[in-house]
Amino acid sequence: MSHKIVVGYDGSDSANAALAFATDLAKAQGGSIVVAHVLEWSPYSFLTPTELEERHKRRGEELDRAEAAILAPAVDSLKDSGLEIDTALKYGNIATTLGEIATESGADQIVIGRNGEPGLSSRVFGSVAISLAQAAPVPVTIVP
Amino acid sequence: MTNQIKAAALAAPAVLAASAPAMAQSLDQTINEGFASATGWFVSFIFSPFPGTSFPWIVMWLVIAATVFTLYFGFIQFRAFPHSISLVKGDYSDPNDAGEVSHFQALATALSGTVGLGNIAGVAVAVGIGGPGATFWMILAGLMGMASKFTECTLGVKYRNEYEDGTVSGGPMYYMTKGFAERGLPAGGFMAVLFSVFCILGAFGGGNMFQANQAHAQIANVVGDYPGWITGLVFAAIVFAVIVGGLKSIAKVTEKVVPFMGVLYVLTALVILIMNANMIGWAFGQIFAGAFTGAGVAGGMVGALIQGFKRAAFSNEAGVGSAAIAHSAVRTKEPITEGFVSLLEPFIDTVVICTMTALVIIITGQLISDPNTGMYLLDEGASTIQTVDGNKGVALTSAAFSSAIPFFKYILAIAVILFAFSTMISWSYYGLKAWTFLFGEGQTKELVFKVIFCIFVVIGASANLGPVIDFSDAAIFAMAVVNIVALYFLMPVVKGELDSYLSRLKSGEIKKFH
Repeated sequence: MSHKIVVGYDGSDSANAALAFATDLAKAQGGSIVVAHVLEWSPYSFLTPTELEERHKRRGEELDRAEAAILAPAVDSLKDSGLEIDTALKYGNIATTLGEIATESGADQIVIGRNGEPGLSSRVFGSVAISLAQAAPVPVTIVP
Repeated sequence: MTNQIKAAALAAPAVLAASAPAMAQSLDQTINEGFASATGWFVSFIFSPFPGTSFPWIVMWLVIAATVFTLYFGFIQFRAFPHSISLVKGDYSDPNDAGEVSHFQALATALSGTVGLGNIAGVAVAVGIGGPGATFWMILAGLMGMASKFTECTLGVKYRNEYEDGTVSGGPMYYMTKGFAERGLPAGGFMAVLFSVFCILGAFGGGNMFQANQAHAQIANVVGDYPGWITGLVFAAIVFAVIVGGLKSIAKVTEKVVPFMGVLYVLTALVILIMNANMIGWAFGQIFAGAFTGAGVAGGMVGALIQGFKRAAFSNEAGVGSAAIAHSAVRTKEPITEGFVSLLEPFIDTVVICTMTALVIIITGQLISDPNTGMYLLDEGASTIQTVDGNKGVALTSAAFSSAIPFFKYILAIAVILFAFSTMISWSYYGLKAWTFLFGEGQTKELVFKVIFCIFVVIGASANLGPVIDFSDAAIFAMAVVNIVALYFLMPVVKGELDSYLSRLKSGEIKKFH
């Protein structure tokens, strides 16, 4: 069977490390890769009237920017790898949405990078890695 | 000679120091008198009574409208209530629309425009004039107003303009023009212009001057009396920085803190009610007795009813048309869903929050009654009920909360300032939409409106409560006059949307995503 790996990618160094790790894994197992970027978003946040009015337009701009600045370079860097590369770009809670992308694409694992030191904010609010480890529908690999 | 100059030079600062407060007070006075004489005719027209009675026609207008919508849509506010909650929770939201404006966000933004001083100061005005009985009529007006809100917000989304760049503009101006044209009705354009004019006045009045006025009253209540134009200038500078300077940080902070303050306000009221749990029954007794007998208040039962309906309408803006502007940015394929969501607004605003304020004022014994007869005592002018310290408006609410929780007046002062500010930001937007509808879009035109808006902040903070509240009410109710006429003509459109949606919901064509 062919293996499909979802890589949570935001263009950071640790995300690149995760992408490199996943690429090696996919080559060794003969699998494919889904480069996934999630724009943090809560439908329960508060916006001003002007922000409401412009939301649809801003959303389009944000998607274009993420596509061009984050996903396109990642796909470009993998074009010589010979692997089958897909992308996913969504809004939502990062951990939950990565899990959803894995389920929808039929992936059998998720690879993410670890972001920096375990600081106060990640202790209070939890980190993407911890939330994903607790809630992901498939095995998760966290690359340091 | 030199000595004389010296003496004069020494005396000058003293004279200046002495005359500064006098000048400041007289500036306030000048603004107040000028304002009262300029707006008096408009106020008298809107609040003129039916011939031979003391009942203002405008109150009857709102009551009849809310009743008509409630009956026409078969008590939609009760039937659709559970479905409204599901919609706000996002049960029916398509996950692929994540990142677009959700039902929750549209509701929250609309609420931060309506939850404000109407809930704190307006209720105190109602109870202070109409007695506890005004609360009953306020709650009833809130419940009925849910149907008006449902109607106008469905139309707001249905007939909004979606521009090529992805921005949207909606509101009564658009359903009056597009909706009337679609149904082959005349005068839609004329009504839209009339509504826009009143909407701009409402933005300057209830959405601005009343807010600045009561924010100043509350600050003065905490730190001691000082001239209102000072508060006005500070507020105007901040509003200017946000709406002209595009200073998003202040608006963002406000949008986050306001819901928190709203919850804190309701929780504090609940704590006070629990502390006085044994009096809640008595308080409701007072509310019911006052509603039907008048219990000696100014104007008797009719006075209580007028006050209750007036303040409820002013607080939740049902039928006024402002909410239709706020709600129209939501992302939905079904305009009716935003109608369902919007009907929660008068419920939260009036039935929950206003009732809390009224109960706290009644239970903490702010209104003075005759121990022998149980009748409320009126002050000298026989227009308002005597209160413990002679407080009116926001000061009365503040005194009521502080009598149970002494430091609460400081928290309330912050809440009042933030509520006032968020309401001003919302109304500056409503006013701007009406302004650009009339004069077209363009940076200079928009700047002119925004600068005038800031000037009215200063006027509002300087003037007395009486003329300001009269003008604010008059402008907001004038919007309702035009808007409700349009709603009568367009309500069959809403009915069609409603029937189609409900049948598809029943057949399972409209499904939950979560």
